[in-house]
Amino acid sequence: MATLEVRDLHVSVDADGQSRQILRGVDLTVKAGQTHAIMGPNGSGKSTLAYSIAGHPKYTVDSGSITLDGEDVLAMSVDERARAGMFLAMQYPVEIPGVSVSNFLRTAATAIRGEAPKLRTWVKEVRESMDLLSMDPAFAERNVNEGFSGGEKKRHEILQMELLKPKIALLDEIDSGLDVDALRYVSEGVNRLAATGETGLLLITHYTRILRYIEPDFVHVFVDGVIAASGGKDLAQELEASGYEKYQKLDSPA
Amino acid sequence: MTQTTHEHVSSLIGSYDPDDFPVPSGREEQWRFTPLKQLRGLVDGSAAASNTMTIAVDAPAGVRTEQVSSSDERARILPGPTDRAAALAASRTSNVTVVTIEQDVVLTEPVWIRCTGANSVSATFQHIVIDVKPLAQAVIVIDRSGSVCLSDLVDVRVADGAQVTVVSLQDWASDSVHLGQQRHLIGRDVSCTSVVITLGGQVVRLVPTVVYDAPGGSAHMFGLFFAREGQFFEHRLFVDHAVPNCTSRVTYKGALQGTENHPSHTVWIGDVLIRSQAVGTDTYEINRNLVLTDHARADSVPNLEIETGEVAGAGHASATGRFDDEQLFYLQARGITAEEARRLVVRGFFHEILQQIGIEQLQARLVARVEGELEGHGV
Ligand SMILES: Nc1ncnc2c1ncn2[C@@H]1O[C@H](COP(=O)(O)OP(=O)(O)O)[C@@H](O)[C@H]1O
Ligand SMILES: [Mg+2]
Repeated sequence: MATLEVRDLHVSVDADGQSRQILRGVDLTVKAGQTHAIMGPNGSGKSTLAYSIAGHPKYTVDSGSITLDGEDVLAMSVDERARAGMFLAMQYPVEIPGVSVSNFLRTAATAIRGEAPKLRTWVKEVRESMDLLSMDPAFAERNVNEGFSGGEKKRHEILQMELLKPKIALLDEIDSGLDVDALRYVSEGVNRLAATGETGLLLITHYTRILRYIEPDFVHVFVDGVIAASGGKDLAQELEASGYEKYQKLDSPA
Repeated sequence: MTQTTHEHVSSLIGSYDPDDFPVPSGREEQWRFTPLKQLRGLVDGSAAASNTMTIAVDAPAGVRTEQVSSSDERARILPGPTDRAAALAASRTSNVTVVTIEQDVVLTEPVWIRCTGANSVSATFQHIVIDVKPLAQAVIVIDRSGSVCLSDLVDVRVADGAQVTVVSLQDWASDSVHLGQQRHLIGRDVSCTSVVITLGGQVVRLVPTVVYDAPGGSAHMFGLFFAREGQFFEHRLFVDHAVPNCTSRVTYKGALQGTENHPSHTVWIGDVLIRSQAVGTDTYEINRNLVLTDHARADSVPNLEIETGEVAGAGHASATGRFDDEQLFYLQARGITAEEARRLVVRGFFHEILQQIGIEQLQARLVARVEGELEGHGV
């Protein structure tokens, strides 16, 4: 069973030549089969946490550790982390001009699986996954994220996740900007993967709306670069009713 | 020589006498991007002609290949060039290679013209004439490699109803300088495709031009260039719509990478002129550049000039994009290594052009060459 462990993680980001501390000691353990929700106000550092785990070069880990099944994730390059079983569904997926979705998916699957998937079963696999997400087959011939609507981008992220079957999936605001239909398809995709019990999910969100579709085992309140409180799914309901204020006051910056 | 009314565009009406053209100073619109100091006397004419580059034509039946003197009428099937470099090429060549595709001949194999440079110290001036007779169909590959200091002129005359594709490949060694002009004069209902691929050389400046001789012609001009550390590639197109009801499509794509000490620079100019009599013209030109690193500069200047109100369509586009850290991160986050990510992007970017070649073996060679260019690039 895969386990992601984040210990006392301190991360800073370089902004205009100045280093700014964002994460101030994050502790988190995500195991395969679990679904964790991280909820917090805008600017609290949720994306920073996701990017730091995935290895984005803009973020500097000042101290602390990240391990996947005991392996030092911080020592790995971005692509090594992905091949080790980590997946980040991005809040803002970027356009890759000239690279078709089908070519991209196949290249990624080849990299993650260590060998090129057999063409015939692969085509079927992609078609079925797209079907489940209600994506038009013509989508596969478009360039990655080029001219995609917000909903298409997020479905495409979930499509990748379902095909790559990661050990740990970080979903950064997969719900933002989605209409109800798209939210339902995206949530069903997440639930399919969760149901396998093979993947640990970290659902990062600003709103409680998606938690009506995806039931978390754990909820963490993220404020000012730390986890201010953790609990079960009841915590999400409490947040919906009373917001983050209580936690922000508790954690006023030193 | 006859002066055109459009100072910034060339025209096919010119002269075979180099002395009809002033030596460029670098201030002229046509030469303002070109590093004249690196041209080793090819344009001012101070370079001694040693003509050491070899040329070999490999052609199937139905094709006539001749070597004629530059004063022979077979060497002068097009009006004089409008460019001093091209006039020098035509007048200082030791002989002119004339390739004729006979009337009604439909070739199933390409005509292969191999130009192999021996060194980049002594200058070669060269003139190739390709004469495609009515209703013939042919693919011609001009396959250039080795080290050169070369100024050349390629004249392609495509007679009524013929269909021709000319692939010109610049795969020069890195010390090479090449100034080239490739002119296409196309007749009634002709379909003419040009694919220009520039991968090697220190300074390469090419001027592909199209002039329509009769209505109904269509020209497809494709180009691919990949400038690496220290390379300067300029592609300066001119499409002259002088008769009604012709079509042109220009699609050029360039990739660039450079370093602080060895920057790269590419220039694409797309001059399309629709003259007042050229009603019913349909034209579209596009240049896209993909900048892979810092220290790489892509100049892109589409220039569409319309003198008639009755066009069927006229448009242009130009875009230079950067393969940036965010794209790299996205691909790496899907398990793809940085090198593979760059290959994926460049392969995807150039696919549209390479698929136009239609010669599988050459296409595979070029894909490998392009990917080879990417190697050794530090991440
Ligand atoms: N790449 C970056 N450059 C500069 N500042 C950043 C960058 N990423 C995050 N920040 C800053 O760090 C803080 C946390 O941002 P983020 O992690 O995106 O928060 P969230 O995802 O919770 O909204 C914000 O103040 C933001 O401005
Ligand atoms: Mg965020």
